[in-house]
Amino acid sequence: MKIGKIERILHYTILIILAVLFVLPLFWMIFASVDPSAIQALKIPKELTMNNYKEVITDPSIIRSFLIGLMISGGQSIIVVLVSILAAYPLSRYQVKYKKSFLYTILFLTSLPMTAVIVPVYQMFLIFNFVDKLWAVTLFLTGTSLPYAIWMMKNFMDSVPMDLEESAWIDGASVWQGIKRIVAPLMVPGIFTVFIFTYTGSWGNFFVPYILIQSPEKMPASVNIFQFFGNYGLINYGKLAAFSVLYTVPVVFLYFLSQRYMSKGFSFGGASKG
Amino acid sequence: MATSSIPLAKKNKLENVKSLVFLSPALVLLLIFFLTPMVLTILFSFTNLSLTGAQAKQLEFIGFQNFINMFKDVELYNSLAKTLIFVILSAVLGQCSLGFFIAFLMKGKSAAFRRIIGICVIAAWVTPEIVVAFCWVAFLGDSGTLNTILTSLSEINAIAFLFEYPMLSVVIANIWRGTAFSMMAFQTALDDIPAEVEEAAIMDGASRWKVIRHITIPMVRGTVTTNLMLVTLQTLGVFTLIYTMTGGGPGNHTMTLPVFMYQKAFVSYQLGYGTAISLVILLLGAVFSILYMRLLKVKL
Repeated sequence: MKIGKIERILHYTILIILAVLFVLPLFWMIFASVDPSAIQALKIPKELTMNNYKEVITDPSIIRSFLIGLMISGGQSIIVVLVSILAAYPLSRYQVKYKKSFLYTILFLTSLPMTAVIVPVYQMFLIFNFVDKLWAVTLFLTGTSLPYAIWMMKNFMDSVPMDLEESAWIDGASVWQGIKRIVAPLMVPGIFTVFIFTYTGSWGNFFVPYILIQSPEKMPASVNIFQFFGNYGLINYGKLAAFSVLYTVPVVFLYFLSQRYMSKGFSFGGASKG
Repeated sequence: MATSSIPLAKKNKLENVKSLVFLSPALVLLLIFFLTPMVLTILFSFTNLSLTGAQAKQLEFIGFQNFINMFKDVELYNSLAKTLIFVILSAVLGQCSLGFFIAFLMKGKSAAFRRIIGICVIAAWVTPEIVVAFCWVAFLGDSGTLNTILTSLSEINAIAFLFEYPMLSVVIANIWRGTAFSMMAFQTALDDIPAEVEEAAIMDGASRWKVIRHITIPMVRGTVTTNLMLVTLQTLGVFTLIYTMTGGGPGNHTMTLPVFMYQKAFVSYQLGYGTAISLVILLLGAVFSILYMRLLKVKL
């Protein structure tokens, strides 16, 4: 649409102001993390220091919480990818009975707020003696992220043509070999997207481990950083900021890595294609 | 097709069996960790389930007692009201409108410029919720960034935003965090509108505002609906941001349903009551979901 020069300048100005407002709160975290005398307000450090980072990465409890987070989120993402490829295959390739209802149930489950089931899940964990078990927490997180992963994976699989697979079958390959040799390699971007999407969601998840894990030494980074804030946040802004930066960087990096492929998985047209 | 020599009925049956094998790991996980808790939510909400005291040993069916207590509890109504205020202000009015506004202004600007603005907005979205809360506590705190700016500009005293305007504080933080999602959805939708349509209307003498109202908005209506509902559901479940920033307080000024549920279930150990509140959240979510499917014209 053609617009006047003044209006154009106005658009640019508003957008720049908004962008600044969006990064301003984040700047605090970055500046405070390298400031030897960090305070609550944003200020340009008079001198630079790496001490805050040094303190964080030499703290064994923080390192442990990062490794636990990596274990939970990594384990969860691997299981989610494997299970969702398997589940997406018949949904994408076969004319299965009840397929449509299954797909819509999946879409419906995707949109339910998971916060709401944590109380009965906690009770279930008590009954089966799962509380404080990292593998159980990982499996629970796997279950909750599956609906969306299956949905995305099916959309990605729909765009892999069937012909290649069929010719592999003629050459004597089994269905499973077809998936492994033909479908999966062609879906690498999709698989990465599902993996990254699951990983970032889980890495930032505070609520689930906060409720289902009780021993302080088993807490992942998301809970550890909260406890750190409660204990030292008000006196040690520099260290809190450095912790926050280190905790945030992996997901920001992963997100921008996968951004190019993301939009495809979010498409809502998948169910109607059958 | 390689299997075309097999009769169709037999082939379909074979495919059904194969599908079940492929789907079984997903079905087992969903059954144990998704559907069981949901069924339990309903069952437990009719019990005196509790973590401590005499009740903890004996689980009893108490009928609608939790619900009767809940609906007698003025705190529930406060929580419901706070949840609706939080959802409407931060999701519907905040994220959706601001997301649309940014996407609209970005239309037709240079790719590099769009990318830089996009990164700034998306950075807030990618940042983990708990870090978002820290950044906003630092921004709004008594000696935080905003107060430093305000006191240097004028003679006023520092304002304790998190205590004096707690709801506004969490709403703004949530708008800040979530706008990117709506922005991306609207950017895609707006880019899909052919430029000729709007230009033709302008040629015919339609004002800018009329073009936006009668052409642009109707053409992205589908995206508006989907986006509105998804954002509403996401916002309904927000716990971490509010819990970390205000803890539901001061008093109960930001006690939305998820925080209220947490307080009842894990602070005062009334798990049965907690599940009853869970059910209210789930029902609210289901109502929105059905509404969302209706508006999308999806048939089950």
